[in-house]
Amino acid sequence: MAHGTKPAADARTIVIDPVTRIEGHMKIEVVVDGGVVKDARSSGTLWRGFENILVGRHPFDAVRLTQRVCGVCPMIHSQASAGCLDAALGVSEQVPPNGRIVRNLLLASNYLQSHILHFFTLAALDFVDVTALADYAGPEPELANVKAFIDRGALGPFVPRYEGDYRCSKQTNIDLVRGYLRALGARRVCQEMIALFGGKMPHNVAVVPGGVLAEVTTDKIAFFATRLAEVSDFIDQVYLPAVLTVAGAYGDYFDIGAGCRRYLAYGVFDQDAAADPLARKRLFPGGLIGSDGRPGAVDAEKITEDVSHSRYAAECAAKPAEGKTIPEPDKPGAYTWLKAPRYDGAPAEVGPLARTLIGHTAGGAIKPHVDAALKAAKLPAAKLQSVLGRHLARALEARALATAMADWLTQLEPGGPVCAALEIPQQSRGAGLLDGPRGALGHWIEIQDKKIGRYQLVVPTTWNGSPRDAAGTPGPIEQALIGAKVRDRENPFEVTRIIRSFDPCLACAVHTVSVKGDVLCKCRVV
Amino acid sequence: MPEIVEIPVVWLQGAACTGCAVAVLNSLSPGASRLVLSELAPGQHVSLRFIAPVMAGQGHQAIQVLKDLAAEKKGGYFLVMDGALPTGHPLFGTLGEEGGREVPIAETAAVLARSAAAVISMGTCASFGGIPAGDPNPTKCISMEALLAREGIKTPIVNIPGCPPHPDWFVGTVVAVALHGLGKVAATLDELKRPSMFYGKCIHETCPRRADFDAARFAKKFGDRGCLYELGCKGPVTFADCPTRMFNSGTNWCVGAGSPCHGCVEPDFPDRLAPLYEKIDDKRLDRFRLLGASVPGLKK
Repeated sequence: MAHGTKPAADARTIVIDPVTRIEGHMKIEVVVDGGVVKDARSSGTLWRGFENILVGRHPFDAVRLTQRVCGVCPMIHSQASAGCLDAALGVSEQVPPNGRIVRNLLLASNYLQSHILHFFTLAALDFVDVTALADYAGPEPELANVKAFIDRGALGPFVPRYEGDYRCSKQTNIDLVRGYLRALGARRVCQEMIALFGGKMPHNVAVVPGGVLAEVTTDKIAFFATRLAEVSDFIDQVYLPAVLTVAGAYGDYFDIGAGCRRYLAYGVFDQDAAADPLARKRLFPGGLIGSDGRPGAVDAEKITEDVSHSRYAAECAAKPAEGKTIPEPDKPGAYTWLKAPRYDGAPAEVGPLARTLIGHTAGGAIKPHVDAALKAAKLPAAKLQSVLGRHLARALEARALATAMADWLTQLEPGGPVCAALEIPQQSRGAGLLDGPRGALGHWIEIQDKKIGRYQLVVPTTWNGSPRDAAGTPGPIEQALIGAKVRDRENPFEVTRIIRSFDPCLACAVHTVSVKGDVLCKCRVV
Repeated sequence: MPEIVEIPVVWLQGAACTGCAVAVLNSLSPGASRLVLSELAPGQHVSLRFIAPVMAGQGHQAIQVLKDLAAEKKGGYFLVMDGALPTGHPLFGTLGEEGGREVPIAETAAVLARSAAAVISMGTCASFGGIPAGDPNPTKCISMEALLAREGIKTPIVNIPGCPPHPDWFVGTVVAVALHGLGKVAATLDELKRPSMFYGKCIHETCPRRADFDAARFAKKFGDRGCLYELGCKGPVTFADCPTRMFNSGTNWCVGAGSPCHGCVEPDFPDRLAPLYEKIDDKRLDRFRLLGASVPGLKK
């Protein structure tokens, strides 16, 4: 059998490859019987071997290289990497307040960018009909541009698309397309906020072990505050209303796509500099909500990675800090480059919904925003565990963050120190654990002879997009798909709406670690 | 109203991080919405037929767009390649299925390149291999130019390196092709096939901290002011207009944020410019000898 071929697909199987409007390369297969998804498989279809590339390099280079795992959410990787190096160098408690706050401002700006991008640029075309502007006759130049574009007849990249379920009225579509276009500008402003301290975005240069590089000056604070106010207005006037408008038209998606109902977050936005990242006070707290619905503390020792259906050799199932990976592209039964992270042996959903549920229960910064939204929409909290719940959670996080960021700006001390003194130890290890826009992210480093001896990442979409484990338990996205109704096999919009609500980031999710000297690849010679 | 010519463009991703696509979304003049909707040059509109992170279509309908273009528009579309091409195993990078077979991205890239009017390699990975091709190159990634050479494809190619590139470097090149034709743009490419209007000057020559270098005011540790040469700045061996153009709507650039330049536009990135925070060999400063020779602390 040639590489990549498999037994003739079941006639009931729908293959969606590529899943677009996500980050990276993803394939989804669903088995649909009687209009209902009976089985689902989530696959990552690109492998780069990032961690192999890190071994033997200067430890500081990890911060710059690991953010290149992902161009949509690079900031969180630079911070998780700096975090594991802070620990390995023993400077976690010496990161100056300016360093901690600038890191938070940079990461929060990336959250705003990522959430706005996700709802409008990525997800909105599932719900909003751009072609409704074909007979637009109003005065707005931006919208007249869309009409002129439609009139010319070359409709890429908006058509082709899955047809059959665009429900909004013409006026609502016009309002949402206006939001779609304005979002492009709002997210660009978020990137400018990052560049101010971070040099450029994507791929900032400011976050380093011990803190940041950029000097804190009053003019930067003023520039940042002005841009933040613009984005904050966008969140209130465009983003949140658009999510609620879509929710009004597609209300059944509050009952679709729940998933595994087990939620994990490490927490994010440090308010102190405690040595143990999981012991820090954080704006969005960490925790685990188990199947009993009660939140508990996270114990990093309970994280393991299963590879029974992943394209890696069997001996690679391990705890991340001891993990190794030997690719086996042709392994029987394997269907993805993603491993299957498990917490205490079971899958967990990570991301904005997980953080929102945990923060709501714990009374964190998100709680008043969640309560107000649920009250306005007349919804019980349980409905958040859904496609629309995930979209709403992102918008509410954006709202809570914009408020917190304005406060953090006032805590900066112009001219004050930004970085701790650093010395690379001969041997050491460290873990950086915090939440990115898409969920819980861990980087683990082992320094040997002042170089990188081992590096491991366990990334949000590896949790959410994970395959089955040895027990046969599907990953969270797979679970969210099973049971979903599919009306039209040629246009399975229900499936991709569910997938996209998780905001998958496949480039992040697919990676591997290898101890120096490991066999790099057990693949057939081709 | 004169007829507007549609220029079809396919944006294909290989071993990539999507940072190059995000960089283009950050474009200020024109902004992203005008880039997609409006004329880029008088009478010419870029019709983005395929771009996975943004396009509405998905699955087989998206793949069909690629097939139709390659079959029906021979020589009539541009291919933008974003990311390196894995060649170590067919399953290291696939896009779409055909008869149950997962199709390698390198295969699709070659098919599309063969019938394209020109190929633009967007970013350092597509231009030179970049990080995915970093030692030990686990997936045997190669650049787009290397793929064309391997497959004997003669389509013209332009490299727009950077990790990621400034959006102006991409948009400006596309506008130049639209206004002046491919031939005139090709005549301005350097030996690395980069448009010299963006990659013609050494960063060290236009750096606002050059005066610090000349006066030997060097930053010694993270957070210090002064020239970042001793903290590993690769500006003296890097060619791009970052210091004057600046990123994200002209907001800032790497040295402006207190960081040494990492040389991300160069074919040596990352391996031969690593460690990123260690000083380059002073001998590589030869071209600045007249000034460097007078600097205390620099080895002759």
